Amino acid sequence: MKTPENLLYSKSHEWADIDGDTAVIGITDFAQELLGDITFVELPAVGDTVAAGAEMGSIESVKAASELYAPVSGEVIAVNEALEDAPEKVNESAFEDGWLIKVRISGEPKDLLSATEYAELAASEDH
Amino acid sequence: MKTVFAQSVPGRTACLPPMPEERAEAFIPANLLRGKRPALPEMSELDVVRHFSRLSRLNYGVDSNFYPLGSCTMKYNPKFTENVAALPGFANLHPLLPQIKSAGLYTQGALEVMYESERLLCEVTGMHAFTLHPMAGAHGELTGAMLIAAYHKDKGNKKTKVICPDSAHGTNPASAALAGFEVVNIESKDGLIDPAALDAVLDDEVAALMMTCPNTLGLFEKHLPEIVEKLRKVDALLYYDGANLNAIMGKMRVGDVGFDVVHLNLHKTFATPHGGGGPGSGPVGVSERLEPYLPISRVDKLRDGRFFLNYDYPKSIGFMAPFYGNFGVVLKAYAYILRLGGEGLKRVSEYAVLNANYMRKLLEEHMHIPYNRICMHEFVASACDQQAACGVRALDIAKALLDKGYHAPTIYFPLIVKECMMYEPTETESKETMDAFVQDLIEILESAKTDPVALQDAPVTMPVRRLDETKAARSMILIDPA
Amino acid sequence: MPFVPHTPEDLKAMLDVIGVTTLEDLFADIPESMRPKSFDLPEGMSEMEVCSHLEQLAAKSRTDLVSFLGAGFYNHHIPKAIDGLISRGEFYTAYTPYQPESSQGTLQAIFEFQTAVCRLLDMDASNASVYDGGSAIFEAMMMAVRATKRSRIVVSEAVSPIYRTMLASYTSNLNLEFITVPHDNGTTDIEKLKAAIDDRCAAVVVQNPNFFGNVSDFTELFEHAHAHKALGIISVYPVMQSVLKTPGEMGADIAVAEGQSLGQPLSFGGPYLGMMACTEKLIRQMPGRIVGRTEDLEGREGYVLTLQAREQHIRRAKATSNICSNQALCALRALIHMCLLGPEGLIRTAELSMERAHYLADRLTAIPGVELLNDAPFGNEVAVRLPISAFEAVDKLVERGYVAGVPLGRYYEDMDDVLLMACTEKNTFEQVGILAEMLGGIL
Repeated sequence: MKTPENLLYSKSHEWADIDGDTAVIGITDFAQELLGDITFVELPAVGDTVAAGAEMGSIESVKAASELYAPVSGEVIAVNEALEDAPEKVNESAFEDGWLIKVRISGEPKDLLSATEYAELAASEDH
Repeated sequence: MKTVFAQSVPGRTACLPPMPEERAEAFIPANLLRGKRPALPEMSELDVVRHFSRLSRLNYGVDSNFYPLGSCTMKYNPKFTENVAALPGFANLHPLLPQIKSAGLYTQGALEVMYESERLLCEVTGMHAFTLHPMAGAHGELTGAMLIAAYHKDKGNKKTKVICPDSAHGTNPASAALAGFEVVNIESKDGLIDPAALDAVLDDEVAALMMTCPNTLGLFEKHLPEIVEKLRKVDALLYYDGANLNAIMGKMRVGDVGFDVVHLNLHKTFATPHGGGGPGSGPVGVSERLEPYLPISRVDKLRDGRFFLNYDYPKSIGFMAPFYGNFGVVLKAYAYILRLGGEGLKRVSEYAVLNANYMRKLLEEHMHIPYNRICMHEFVASACDQQAACGVRALDIAKALLDKGYHAPTIYFPLIVKECMMYEPTETESKETMDAFVQDLIEILESAKTDPVALQDAPVTMPVRRLDETKAARSMILIDPA
Repeated sequence: MPFVPHTPEDLKAMLDVIGVTTLEDLFADIPESMRPKSFDLPEGMSEMEVCSHLEQLAAKSRTDLVSFLGAGFYNHHIPKAIDGLISRGEFYTAYTPYQPESSQGTLQAIFEFQTAVCRLLDMDASNASVYDGGSAIFEAMMMAVRATKRSRIVVSEAVSPIYRTMLASYTSNLNLEFITVPHDNGTTDIEKLKAAIDDRCAAVVVQNPNFFGNVSDFTELFEHAHAHKALGIISVYPVMQSVLKTPGEMGADIAVAEGQSLGQPLSFGGPYLGMMACTEKLIRQMPGRIVGRTEDLEGREGYVLTLQAREQHIRRAKATSNICSNQALCALRALIHMCLLGPEGLIRTAELSMERAHYLADRLTAIPGVELLNDAPFGNEVAVRLPISAFEAVDKLVERGYVAGVPLGRYYEDMDDVLLMACTEKNTFEQVGILAEMLGGIL
């Protein structure tokens, strides 16, 4: 299982790649593996605002479905449109091609985990 | 197999009505007519009959295969009930006929069937009154949850939550949510509802607890009296999911032990056919305090013995069905109950429980059985040992059973047992059938040790091999492009 | 004992294996205090006795009545081949197709049903059916609420009152707001409906032909709804749909129907069939079972239940609906019915029915004091205003073996004298003539 060092993580298995006042958001490798073959991703639209810890969309696999929670608050400035036709990108490349949305951050990100902390959390849930 | 659309040949006909004197344009202005005729299949009658006969042969059904699908009560569906439901005096009755005063007389037979069915179901369950309107089990749950909401509203109780144990059928929380409740889940302990876990979430805002007994693990909920007591203290109601009624007829009546609402699945306990997924029928029974809220209309009896539909129940939750529920299904269940009588129904449960325990014993040395004690009408085994030892999962075993000519047990439910396989043989299966089944199952489990790959490849004798569900969900071909 | 195969020897052998001595030992978990207070059911009967009892009850119905009852539920001819086919045990006694490899028959039939529904209604996708036409409208409404995240529904009063009362019950605990827009003397009031739609509206719900039998075009109404980002929901009558402008042509987002008229007996109110179809955009909002085509390991075509992640067994409290079963056997009936009739057969059925209803209207309006409720186009059903109470008129004719129609006073204000009369291909011209004469005679 990969947990890149340069990212921050939420307890609900999203990651955020923060660069200045923008953040790219996705779900972790651990989460995609748990879900299995992903078939559909529902994302907010450009211009919507998302709030840290609140629902921002949902993700479906053949046999499971899960809500997506925003790791940071802000305005959506881009969504990964490629996922509409190729949701499998989330399985194949959770941290790169499988990104979900890009957000202009408002406020300080809080309660996010480091890669090490997240790896521990994931290990404890993996049973 | 080619679809009916791929078989269609323009100009071919089967049951063509005579040519009308005038066509649609004579009656309806052109701007209100469709541009193109619907591209429905054009086939001869033999084409149609052969196509559907062939399609049917691609299915397993109780008539052709042992079908120990847990939680679904796949018992034999007596053939005579089909003839009963087809009697013209029932099948041809228009549902609006009772609304015409002088025609009310001509629906007395049907009304009597409904009235008597309600009375019989009351006696089976110990409930005070029944409605036959809910059109399926989950629809009964919704009706029940709405009755609970109506009761609390009427009493001025501020109730917002419904508790569901983690072993509950998925429809329970979904139905409660649709009746406006927030759903609170509690964890089971030793396969049963844990009174301590219940205490932890029980407060004045709890409207009800939804449970089934025996539960989905096939275990009798031993803490039931204590649970009833706890709920009474906060004026919360107790809901009974009747999916497992086949275990307890004549042994316990849910009304006697403190349940306020119960839904039954006539297509399970009372042997009406499942038909590949419906139609079902989910009558709901209530205790006396919930009776005023039952859906309308209700069948009442006049002093002279005549039956009529009574709409005058001001506290009713209203209409759950367009008319009186799935009358055709109720009729079959009514015939089944009359055929068996009280003694017969008691026997049903005794032999359903006997069969489940017999199979459990035959299997216990070959599969892990997490709660291995006397079970009710079904039991849950787990393929966790097989998975650990040779990577063979419940799914693989299920598929291998198909190759042997059996429908698989329920897998991956209840959610609280890993790699679970839930077996419900039902009372209508003979010892020989179960012996042969278990023998074949043991063979499969043995082959898991020597050739696990072969199992992961199963089934190989069915019309298709394992199907790509990911492709189905991603490509979404939901209609025939032909 | 019927349906239990165990001999005394079997019983003994099985109890021995389990390690108990009596059947009652298996119920030891149920304490004495929880045993039944009574179980006073009648004694069992032989098959012959049960059949004869039910034959007697059925005989209390009069099956020789000439009926003009409709109101959404019609007495069309049902081809005899249907019963034979659906009685096949492999269809009749199968469960939901959870193991696709042993359920390809049911799955392909549902796939074909979905296709037929889409072709009839001219929509992109359909589910495997829901309980009935009323619950289909409810589910459609909930789809719109989820898709638009709005909670106001505009409903025409010309939508069946039987269904509107169901909607009222179903939504009584949900935070939804209904705006019911009055009909205009039996026609659907499109202008008033348009005026009721605003940016808070999730959907507008109409019916075609409407409850009074009148036919409309809702293209403009749905365009107006779309301009406000609301959805258009239409409930239709499958037989008439074979000739009428389609939901798809009108731009509807969701189309639903009661499928009873496609090969289901009237059966005193059920089981019936809720048909449901939508545009591609809304597929993931659709409740219930959906079958998709895919391939097996060897590349062979096959069918599976798909998009299951929306459903209650996975999403539990967050599912799109609590619905679990569909009306599979009824859907199969409808599919076989459509195959046996074909497009031409279904169209002729609609036309034969219309022909009779229009003849009826002509005959009735020739009677002094009788007039049609309005002069809008109608199909096989028509609302007629009588010079006397419609209840009274119907009651008088029942004695003579004719059920003239549904009196509307029960459903609408100021309609005690209105009678809703439906014809199907089974009503002969002769019967229509007799009814008109008898009605003329009592007025």
